[in-house]
Amino acid sequence: MAKVLVYSELNKGKVKPVTLEILGRLSGQDADVVFVGGEVAADQITVLGEYGANKVHVLKGDKLDKYSPEGFSNALHGFISANSYDYVLAGATSAGKDFLPRLATKFDAGLASDCTNFIFEGDTFHGTRPLFAGKCLAKVNLQGPKPHFATVRPNALGMPETKTAGSGEVNEVSADAGEIRAMIKEIVAAANEKVDLTEANIIISGGRAMKNPENFAILDECAAVLGATVGASRAAVDSGFAPSNMQVGQTGKTVSPSLYIACGISGAIQHLAGMRTSKVIVAINTDPDAPIFTKADYGIVGDLYTIVPLLTEELKKVMD
Amino acid sequence: MNIFVCVKQVPDTETKVQPNGDGTFIETSSIKWIMNPYDEFAVEQALLVKAANAGSTVTVVRVGSVKDTEALRTAMAMGADEAILVEADDNLDSYSIAKAIKGGIEKSGKDVGLVLCGKQAIDDDCLQVPQVLAEMMNLPSVAVIVGFEQSGEKITVKREIEGGALEVYELNTPCVLATNKGINTPRYASLPGIMKAKRKPLQQLSLADVGVETGDRRVVYSDFSLPPEKPAGKTFDAMDEANQASVVAEVVGLLRNEAKVI
Repeated sequence: MAKVLVYSELNKGKVKPVTLEILGRLSGQDADVVFVGGEVAADQITVLGEYGANKVHVLKGDKLDKYSPEGFSNALHGFISANSYDYVLAGATSAGKDFLPRLATKFDAGLASDCTNFIFEGDTFHGTRPLFAGKCLAKVNLQGPKPHFATVRPNALGMPETKTAGSGEVNEVSADAGEIRAMIKEIVAAANEKVDLTEANIIISGGRAMKNPENFAILDECAAVLGATVGASRAAVDSGFAPSNMQVGQTGKTVSPSLYIACGISGAIQHLAGMRTSKVIVAINTDPDAPIFTKADYGIVGDLYTIVPLLTEELKKVMD
Repeated sequence: MNIFVCVKQVPDTETKVQPNGDGTFIETSSIKWIMNPYDEFAVEQALLVKAANAGSTVTVVRVGSVKDTEALRTAMAMGADEAILVEADDNLDSYSIAKAIKGGIEKSGKDVGLVLCGKQAIDDDCLQVPQVLAEMMNLPSVAVIVGFEQSGEKITVKREIEGGALEVYELNTPCVLATNKGINTPRYASLPGIMKAKRKPLQQLSLADVGVETGDRRVVYSDFSLPPEKPAGKTFDAMDEANQASVVAEVVGLLRNEAKVI
């Protein structure tokens, strides 16, 4: 049995779903969870226990109440060194992706980034991860000093169908943030807060056919009904119709929502690479030969300017 | 200030990749290589910092095969002063690459003011080298940034997090920063720039020269494969106004009852 530590984060007080996805794959291992800073409510400890966590460690200390790559790495380095874990897993969140490489290097250890699947064979972790933005998959194996590290892409594993409960005990630990040279001075909130593309359950994206930034309002309306996040193709971003943080594709964000609706996107290979792992794909395009239709579960050959508003109305009827 | 930019040479984004014979990497024989697109933002940022800080130098560092040196020549044609190439397999892992870059930077004998990297290489998509390198060099780091302002030794950068909020960091040079799309608009290499780049110094080193051994590898890949193709989906013609509403209703019904995603 491997001793595994899962680094977790809260979003508005709730455990991020990727932590539960990871725990769901750790039955048979000795799994603990760790938070750095923050207040973890009792009901969240209960949830983690139900999904298999034994101890839930909460590291507390000066300068750990907000994220910093060095503070989080230093605090976890101290904690992990004192508790000899074999593996440290984390969601590939913006913080996880940022500091896990630093933390792993403190142990001279390897990190498998952004795994979309993993299993334990006995005590050994075997990951699968996409490369070339998902044009290829490969098995990823770690070697060298332990603990070994891996980040897991949100939404990729899916929630476990059965849960194996752990003891779910909370354990507060005092931790040292050490020297922090890169400090957050302030956080500028987004103009309209929405679920990030990489974590979104539903995405509706627009391509070159959007013609201008204003037309994205058509997608915004549909997204509001679906609870979706709006994305864009590289063509739309490079044409100035949408900001670059909305770009889906090999040089933008790689996404795997349950539902991806591509509007006026032809389906360039670099776009397909970024969204092909979506569970269900709907394509709306006037060109019946557009490559996007080869990846679509449901293709609608039609004009997005008539189809999307109809879709919004139809969804309003059924989503109530 | 001495600025180092880490660049990687990767297959063009339009490449249809195929696993190689033994499944340890992709087939690279007929690939068109380009500079990793995110690294163009790092090169551009280095050139902007150089322009604002008299007496600065920009050195580009690449670890990879010597099939061609497109990425380094492009960076020098954009305006970088010199290049270091550490010869290695193209599927080297992040830990070894970072160690090789650190060794290459040390070999240059220059004091490090700033190290810039692209967000991630679009081949292995790891997003590890900037932070691993920073930890190895004992420097602060921020990955990934979309805003950069410098005032003397103080640098203010913006990092985008989930949902579009921005974390604003303050840190001093020397430091390691990874750049994302949106931070600047990379310049095109001019024709005189391309001609000049051919005469700029390119130092070639081996992994042994920079102190990297086989045992430094931490991540090993196997069983490269293509993702399973989806079975063909259903396509509906809705070019005719008469059936648009019924097509949309049918698709929504399928999303709810067949695919069960809404």
